[in-house]
Amino acid sequence: MLWSSFLLALREVRRNLLRSFLTILGIVIGVSAVITMVTLGNGATQAVKNQVASLGSNLLQIRTGQRMMGPPGGGATGAPSFSLEDVEAIRNQISGLAAVAPEVSKSATVVSMSNNWSTSVTGTTNDFFIAGSWKIAAGRTFTDAEEKAGQTVCLIGETIRKELFGTQQPVGESLRVNNFSCEIIGILTSKGQASMGRDQDDTVIMPIKAVQRRLAGNHNVSSIQVSVKSENDITRVTEELTSLLRERRRLGDDKDDNFNVLDTRQITEALSGTTQILTMLLAAVASVSLLVGGIGIMNIMLVSVTERTREIGIRLAIGALEREVLLQFLIEAVVLSSLGGAVGVGLATLASLALSQVMNVPYTFNVGINLLSFVFSAGIGVLFGYMPAKRAARLDPIDALRHE
Amino acid sequence: MSTLIELRDITKIYGQGQASFKALHGVNMSIEQGDFVAIMGPSGSGKSTAMNILGCLDVPTDGEYLFSDVHVEALSRNERALLRRHYLGFVFQGFNLLARTSAQENVELPLLYRGESSLDRHAAAEAALRQVGLEGWGHHTPAELSGGQQQRVAIARAIVTNPTILLADEPTGNLDTKTSNEIMALLTSLNEDKGITVLMVTHEPDMAEYAKRIIHFVDGNIDSDIRNRAIDSKRSVA
Repeated sequence: MLWSSFLLALREVRRNLLRSFLTILGIVIGVSAVITMVTLGNGATQAVKNQVASLGSNLLQIRTGQRMMGPPGGGATGAPSFSLEDVEAIRNQISGLAAVAPEVSKSATVVSMSNNWSTSVTGTTNDFFIAGSWKIAAGRTFTDAEEKAGQTVCLIGETIRKELFGTQQPVGESLRVNNFSCEIIGILTSKGQASMGRDQDDTVIMPIKAVQRRLAGNHNVSSIQVSVKSENDITRVTEELTSLLRERRRLGDDKDDNFNVLDTRQITEALSGTTQILTMLLAAVASVSLLVGGIGIMNIMLVSVTERTREIGIRLAIGALEREVLLQFLIEAVVLSSLGGAVGVGLATLASLALSQVMNVPYTFNVGINLLSFVFSAGIGVLFGYMPAKRAARLDPIDALRHE
Repeated sequence: MSTLIELRDITKIYGQGQASFKALHGVNMSIEQGDFVAIMGPSGSGKSTAMNILGCLDVPTDGEYLFSDVHVEALSRNERALLRRHYLGFVFQGFNLLARTSAQENVELPLLYRGESSLDRHAAAEAALRQVGLEGWGHHTPAELSGGQQQRVAIARAIVTNPTILLADEPTGNLDTKTSNEIMALLTSLNEDKGITVLMVTHEPDMAEYAKRIIHFVDGNIDSDIRNRAIDSKRSVA
């Protein structure tokens, strides 16, 4: 009986191709819209997280000035900068650190042969590569001697290599920075755009003493990057850093910090929070199309009630049992709805894959949203395909036949 | 001839209380196997109600209905459906074919519910279409057929299961005179050649003349029940 009802249902689907197609279309549009929107939104969130992670893991950034309060940039003025002695103190007095890298950045024009390029030159130590999760694509990092003496050697980012050297091999070549020249000892592996749109590869890295002497003209350290070995230690390290620096900067109990320790996790949270809100917004918009799709299904099913009621009357009159008729209509609704749902999921997968390529965000198959939108629209399809049939099958055959 | 149908004191009341309407007032009737009965009467005389009860589509409020000695009034909805499936064939005034479905598939429909194989269904439907003179029209949908042809398809659907009795509710109601006479000739041949008992409701005296027996309903009662002498004598001569 189940098999013959199944055949009957398939015959009905084929017989009413237009109606079947419209029912499926409603489900397909609803399902694929919701899935695509949510998948892309999640991809965007993931992309932001990846970018922040590319800054380095378990990273604390120490800058002068108070934390992003008051007028923009206002906090930094007047606050004394750090020194290499501060960096040494941190390295010696705080445990559980993977790297402590001082930083001083200056903008400069770099020239090689006939090409020139405006970039930022960062003076630091080998710890910089650990803290920032940088990999060396070619060449080497600084030697101890080069760091101590502040020799003019440098590593360049992918953007500089491309702009100045094109297809040539730059390691061992010399690079002119403002009015002095330095030897290129290595190339950094590309990291791409940072979260704020800054090109992380547009950089030249030099021993900090070289930058202090040749570009800055003082012994200041503008910021310190601290990489913590274990994520669990971040809170402790932050507290110890704060009290150590307060002591070294001779701040009394009544004084506010004139520096700040920024946890990159906080940046991650703030940014992914924003994209998550956007994802929810997109999902809400897409839910409307799911709803409209659902209403479309209802319409088509309800409009065909008159015709179907007569049909049910005919079937009952020639000896079909109520349950046979119901089973047929139920199977028809299930077949149509799940077909629509499956096509919708397929279409959404294709659309998400294509759009995530275009938008340059990672694609992940989200089981939850696929299941949810499939069940929702298929549920509507089954409900509104089945309910009118159920009512009609309860009628006396003669009443069903007379139905106008 | 053996008795196929017997109605004993059949009453049918529609609605309840003040709004109730008594359509049949204790009808008694018996129909022999192989008979051709026309039920006539003005609108509201109860002829359609009687037909629905005879066709096991509706149940009487009171009284007994014996179909081959089975008490139909005591059967459940599903049992009546099975009775219709195996012993009854229906022809309606409005044809009631499935739209956008070929004549062949329409005729096969009752066999689907009897669980017959697709090969058997196909052969039986073709035979039934041949009997009603529509050989080769099986692939046409109702919209492509004339009224007379549609009613022939409906008759083919009714006889494809080899029913004991064929119930026709105003089978010529939507047809012109010429086509009506063709349909009546078809019903007559089914009755005479295949021995199918035919029960027909009509309000046209010309059509009733094809029947062997004519029953008149007035106000929910049988007013007259006569043998059609003309046709009997005509047949005995032939």
